[in-house]
Amino acid sequence: MTAAIPRQLHPGAWWLWALGCAAAASRTTNLLLLLLLVAVLGYVVTARRTEAPWARAFGVFLRIAVAVLLFRTVFQVLLAPSQPGRLLFTLPVVPLPEWAAGMTLGGPVTAEAVLAASTDGFRLATLLLCIGAANALANPKRLLAIMPAALHEVGVAVVVAISFTPQLVGSVQRIRAARRLRGRPHRGPRSIVQVALPVLEDALERSLALAAAMDSRGYGRRAAVPERIRRTTGALLLAGLLGASFGVYGLLDATSSLPVALGTLAAGLATCVAGMHLAGRRTIRTRYRPDPWLGAEWLTAGSGLGAAALVIVAGVVEPTAITPPPSSLVPPFPPIGAAGIVLALLPAFATPPPALHGTRPARDELDAHADHERAEVPA
Amino acid sequence: MIDLDRVTVTYDGASEPSLTDLTLHVPEGELCLVVGPTGTGKTTLLRTVNGLVPHATGGTLRGRVTVGGRDTRTHPPRDLADLVGVVGQDPLAGMVTDVVEEELAYGMESLAIAPDVMRRRVEETLDLLGLVHLRHRPIRSLSGGERQRVAIGAVLAVGPRVLVLDEPTSALDPPAAEEVLAALHRLVHDLGMTVLLAEHRLERVVQFADRVVLLRPGGHPPLIGDPATVLAAAPVAPPVVELGRIGGWSPLPLTVRQARRQAGPLREQLADLRPHRDPAGAGPTLAAARDLVVRYGPTVALRGTSLELRAGETVALMGRNGAGKSSLLSAFTGTVRPAAGQVTVGGLDPAELSGPALISQVGLVPQQPADLLYAPTIAEECAAADDDAGVPGGSCRRLLDRLVPGLDDDHHPRDLSEGQRLALVLAIVLTAAPPVLLLDEPTRGLDLGAKVRLVEILDELTADGRAILLATHDVELVAEVATRTIVLADGEVVADGPTEEVVVGSPAFAPQVSKVLGPGPWLTVSEVADALDVLP
Repeated sequence: MTAAIPRQLHPGAWWLWALGCAAAASRTTNLLLLLLLVAVLGYVVTARRTEAPWARAFGVFLRIAVAVLLFRTVFQVLLAPSQPGRLLFTLPVVPLPEWAAGMTLGGPVTAEAVLAASTDGFRLATLLLCIGAANALANPKRLLAIMPAALHEVGVAVVVAISFTPQLVGSVQRIRAARRLRGRPHRGPRSIVQVALPVLEDALERSLALAAAMDSRGYGRRAAVPERIRRTTGALLLAGLLGASFGVYGLLDATSSLPVALGTLAAGLATCVAGMHLAGRRTIRTRYRPDPWLGAEWLTAGSGLGAAALVIVAGVVEPTAITPPPSSLVPPFPPIGAAGIVLALLPAFATPPPALHGTRPARDELDAHADHERAEVPA
Repeated sequence: MIDLDRVTVTYDGASEPSLTDLTLHVPEGELCLVVGPTGTGKTTLLRTVNGLVPHATGGTLRGRVTVGGRDTRTHPPRDLADLVGVVGQDPLAGMVTDVVEEELAYGMESLAIAPDVMRRRVEETLDLLGLVHLRHRPIRSLSGGERQRVAIGAVLAVGPRVLVLDEPTSALDPPAAEEVLAALHRLVHDLGMTVLLAEHRLERVVQFADRVVLLRPGGHPPLIGDPATVLAAAPVAPPVVELGRIGGWSPLPLTVRQARRQAGPLREQLADLRPHRDPAGAGPTLAAARDLVVRYGPTVALRGTSLELRAGETVALMGRNGAGKSSLLSAFTGTVRPAAGQVTVGGLDPAELSGPALISQVGLVPQQPADLLYAPTIAEECAAADDDAGVPGGSCRRLLDRLVPGLDDDHHPRDLSEGQRLALVLAIVLTAAPPVLLLDEPTRGLDLGAKVRLVEILDELTADGRAILLATHDVELVAEVATRTIVLADGEVVADGPTEEVVVGSPAFAPQVSKVLGPGPWLTVSEVADALDVLP
């Protein structure tokens, strides 16, 4: 595995891994475990991200996560009714009007309350970081490309929207500069309205041009599908989505029964897959160089899902360590849960390193490398 | 291969058809060139071939268009995608993905071509168009010529038998245009591809054409025939053809090579003569840049450029796409602020000016002229221009009528053809009568007739004591109007001198007349005609 050829991992593998981590994070309130998970996420992202623009997503998510943590802690301490425990300090109580009955602002603040609030915030922040890690590691366009054939058109719309954004910024700059060249104000609120119209016109014109070009390149060719199959498709998709939604809700809500939630989710997903498969019959298209799903992908997805499974198991075997009671200030250490989190670290070592297309070595570097290789070959 | 049978196209709401009663038969393996003044329906003709007209544009098409036996009436563009490849005027506007390799594969994915075939064809296309070293590059980071080749490759990879191209070289610098045309030449000659091509830059493409379709305004039927015959009848033709007419050569030459072989007697006749040129204006300096540095983040567009614009001179700014031409123009209008050095226009810093103070000092016709247009009708646009400049009503309209006569007051500016729109913008800018006029690629999309009128107007403006700076790839225009030529490369001035000294002998920038009559000082057909005292 160590000598693996550099390549991009299947984006689906990274997302499954990240969702597994997120599921693990959502099942625990143990600050130790959460901290460990954040460290794991950070390490894997650093080890396996590319030079691509989206690889910077993790930093952005990190900032958002810190903001969420702070907001959540401060607001909960300020607004929530205080819990009994060790008193830290007392805030002045602000009387609230009639309609806000049931809420308090200020009052005594206990260490337990602060801890509970920050743990809650930290869990939320960790969930965000899981999503951030997936965003940084998986190429969003390749992810859209693996969408089932039935959703292909949605995928194309998203891709086009992504590439339109920089163009829109460019046309705003151009048109503002042009306004100035006609001797009209190009700053201030009135000019915004007057710039917006040509920018929209520009965007519309470009969309029409793109639509025409895509049409002439064969976009939207359809296979004929009998009416009966189309109806079945609709029914399967609807039922499947409902089932999957209930299942996910049950899984994330720690109070509901686990087997029921898992069962509903599995059944929903299976129905969805069947529906998608049928719907895909309408779209005829092939895929250029699809990402392969090989051992490394199984390993990555498996390690993420394994982490989730171990934390869930730990929740049954060592419940007080996974969801410590609010009275304990120092969380206990759960060995099974921690083993699960560490399992998620596997992709950082066991997957092929990313291929760096954008940053090819300079010519002379290549030459130097070639010389080096020649020197190593005995004459 | 392509059959148009009595085709008439009328767009919704238009009073007259855009294309009238056209019958055209293009056999397999032919390169057919569509030429004609702006607004005679070249783009419309091209778009009927794969059914974009009327399926995507609306309007009514009378008659019949069949391609490879498929009628566009029953086949929308997507069902012709495997047979006809279309490349539009702006290659970037038609790109769906953002990486070269994926763009090449996109069309094949839509047509459900088997993955192994797809893989092979992408590699073949990369080789055919010389794109191998660009395969992983983002499309936005490519130069104009590279983008155009990617756009051609993207439709070519599907394996169409017909290729339709709308002005593929108009926006390109001469070397990039040659790259694209060489690729096309190979497709026609090696692969037997049928190509339908519209282009204003006749001098670049006519030598490759097997047949020319000349669309004419005012309801005259189009002329269709082999290039020499059609061009002999055309009102304006590329310089080699005009030279052939002066020399009375038969058959008319279409390439520099053909002309040079017949030009012996003419060269001898001209040996003792000198072209008559008005001495370049050496008036007061109207605008100047000193040690100008412009940068966008890490990219340096101009590295310490210095230049002066004097009253009465026309300066041409040449150089590759991305050499810093547009940045220099933007610095003169104050749109970009220099990182170092200074720019003055009429002794003032243009970045500090705004409103009437700015437009009475300097005017710019941008690369995308439509950016300057806001109003819903031509009449309102002209009135607004008069108002902005504080000149009597009707001034802008009079200027417009000189450039492109007979435009309807009620037309929406966006419905005009590229050339008509450029004329409108030029009229708007000239309304404020700025002493310094900047033009960015003014002949893009202009037909030869409109170009002749543009040259007249520019000459008049310099005679008035104005200074003109024009960034262009059009070597023939430079030969016609520029008294001085500056060549930029990588943000630095690499040549600055009288046009005849800079362009003569340069393989990329020499005009056709200079290539035919070289090494003499002759640059344009009219110089030759004046010296010989004949009418061109």
